[in-house]
Amino acid sequence: MNKLLVSPSPHIHSKTSTRSLMLDVVIALLPSVIVSVLFYGWSAVVVLASSVVFCVLLEYLITRYLMKQASTIGDLSALVTGIILALNLPPTAPWWVAMIGAVVAIGVTKMTFGGLGQNVFNPAITGRVFLLISFPAIMTTWGGAKGFIGGADAVSGATPLGIVKEGLAQGMTLDQIYAMHDFSYGQMLFANIGGSAGEISAIAIIIGFIYLLARKVIRPYITLSVLVTVAVFSGIFWLIDPTQYTDPLFNLLTGGVLLGAVFMATDYVTSPMSDKGGIIFGVGIGIITMLIRYFGSYPEGMSFAILIMNSTVPLINKFCKQKKFGRA
Amino acid sequence: MKKTFSIGGVHPDDKKISAGCAIEVLPTPKTVYISMAQHLGGPAKAVVAAGDRVKTGQVIGEPTGFISAYVHSSVTGTVKSVGLRKDLAGIPVVHVEIDVEPDEWVETADTTDTLVTEIPQDPKFIVDRIKANGVVGLGGATFPTSVKLCPPPDKKADILILNGAECEPYLTSDYRIMIEKSRQIVVGAALMKRVLGVHKVVIGIEENKPEAIAKMSEAVSSLAAGSGDYAGIEVITLKKKYPQGGEKQLIDAITRRQVKSMGLPIDVGAVVQNVATSLAVYDAVQKNRPLIDNTITVTGDCFPRQSNVLVRVGTPLSYIIDSLGGIPENAAKAISGGPMMGKAIANLDAATLKGTSSILFLTEEQTRRKPESNCIRCGRCVEACPMGLEPFLLNKLARNGMTDELEQNGVQDCIECGCCLYSCPANIPLLDSIRIAKGEVIRIIRSRTAPKK
Repeated sequence: MNKLLVSPSPHIHSKTSTRSLMLDVVIALLPSVIVSVLFYGWSAVVVLASSVVFCVLLEYLITRYLMKQASTIGDLSALVTGIILALNLPPTAPWWVAMIGAVVAIGVTKMTFGGLGQNVFNPAITGRVFLLISFPAIMTTWGGAKGFIGGADAVSGATPLGIVKEGLAQGMTLDQIYAMHDFSYGQMLFANIGGSAGEISAIAIIIGFIYLLARKVIRPYITLSVLVTVAVFSGIFWLIDPTQYTDPLFNLLTGGVLLGAVFMATDYVTSPMSDKGGIIFGVGIGIITMLIRYFGSYPEGMSFAILIMNSTVPLINKFCKQKKFGRA
Repeated sequence: MKKTFSIGGVHPDDKKISAGCAIEVLPTPKTVYISMAQHLGGPAKAVVAAGDRVKTGQVIGEPTGFISAYVHSSVTGTVKSVGLRKDLAGIPVVHVEIDVEPDEWVETADTTDTLVTEIPQDPKFIVDRIKANGVVGLGGATFPTSVKLCPPPDKKADILILNGAECEPYLTSDYRIMIEKSRQIVVGAALMKRVLGVHKVVIGIEENKPEAIAKMSEAVSSLAAGSGDYAGIEVITLKKKYPQGGEKQLIDAITRRQVKSMGLPIDVGAVVQNVATSLAVYDAVQKNRPLIDNTITVTGDCFPRQSNVLVRVGTPLSYIIDSLGGIPENAAKAISGGPMMGKAIANLDAATLKGTSSILFLTEEQTRRKPESNCIRCGRCVEACPMGLEPFLLNKLARNGMTDELEQNGVQDCIECGCCLYSCPANIPLLDSIRIAKGEVIRIIRSRTAPKK
């Protein structure tokens, strides 16, 4: 006679686990990883490997020896943070920059609050912003990386946003800047623009986005409201003065807007729970990003925008509750 | 557009693997054990004693109070004992033990198969027969049907909803009776329609049961062609979504009316009855035949002989299982009811009740709970909750015993459907803690609203 279990209902589970969700995010990140390795070559491999290794190792050591509990690296969230952090770094960054980024992302931002689910700010973005402020030279230089395909020249130099910001500061018009630096939308879509490893190919990120939607890992509201806001905001200014304000498509395809909108603004832990809240959150990110780009001193503002909006999530959650059944 | 409820819900694999198995009559066991607690409310009081001879359909338990029901002998034989016996959860309940002899029905019952379609004019006659024949709701709650059909005078129903959703995975007993006894079910609906004085009856069936939808629609149109008593009865196809069969969800799906918190369906003019209850109403009124047997699905991926069996009330579960090949080697859990809301069976020697709908076997792999990890605030529980609650928040409040906040956040509205726990990627036992907190909060609400003595 076999012994039967007795426990309360429900007796079955959807089989979706934290690990399976994180694995889906890793898979969705693969196209961007592959593109960055192809275009930035061994430099990108070093950045990716050091970021991932330090993130995962750090979480393991902290859970085992500081928190004295079972390791949580099996949920793969540290792996996701590692990959996203790497995609936010210039491919030429040395390994120790990635390590410092990992310490800030995992050690400070995530684990001091109690690990996965407890942190207020997105770990990878906090890591990136810390590095941007601490090592501005390293974080804004893209030179010398030799890709496996395409010439090294094509992917060296500053980012389009940086070039534009500097050109405008020198009193040039956008047309003059574009004429000097021939970047086309085709390049931005398929890679080949200067930028962090993850922001060079819009297509790769969009493939990841579609995968996440198809697997029902995320819902589209946050991402789309970020993109629509950036497009509308920049569209208005561009229509007013096309010589001073970059156009909507340029803003969507550059400076990590897509990477941020798809992979970082949608982080469960640091984004609102409801769709309505998600839209407010996304609109906020879009507006702050464009304010920084047009009027701030940094060429791009996506990371700052997400961090600022992260801090509003508890408030948004409080005011955007789902309507309860049978309560008018 | 197929209808469904407006908030939340999940889509578990429906696993209707016993759907193709026609209802078989299981031979009556040598001994039956008929519980006096077959229904919600006060248990019946046994009115037979050891040594008494009883006929099939004879009253052996009488109601105690307003919400209670008659219990009848499901067999002919000699009462061996009246005493405590463990139910499926292992709790002692008064049972009447009867040694079975060949069937001899009470004279009043019509045991032929002739379909009686003429609807009696007098609602009171119908209600009396429903009450006298011990009909209770067979959708899960086993609420006495006669009580539900007689709302307080200040409340009036305008729609009767027949629940044929059978949204729980694996269960197929309602499906089979809708195919095999469709006309009787529709007659039962017309009888309840007469009692309630409503003009509209909607039979809601989920889209994954096309054959049942066809059979029921055909039964409705052929009966409606014969008599005006069947006018206003309609079959509606519902989207497949769990928990469609929840009373409040079904009313919302069909009428777009939402029963208020702590309210009853009658508050929005609706009465919901299960299709199996409708069949029992048919037998009770048209045949004067008490509710003494019911169809039970015996199933599971690990169970080799999928079945839908008609058994007498009081048949030991172990007898049914043994007749169909015994407990599978790799079964880890036996459940009475569906995998989402059913109860794990702690005592296989327990006897079936009027409301028993299935015996389901799950393997360790299918039913094992994984270790709990941190909430990742993904919001899947909020998305899944059909009552629009925030299970992650209720869980936190419950674990900290914050009853005021639990009430403000609507824990009392929880229908215990299990969607939250089912969807949680961190395997947090949300419903376990919410269920306990809900009991506590409802107790507090009742004590506050109860008249001071």
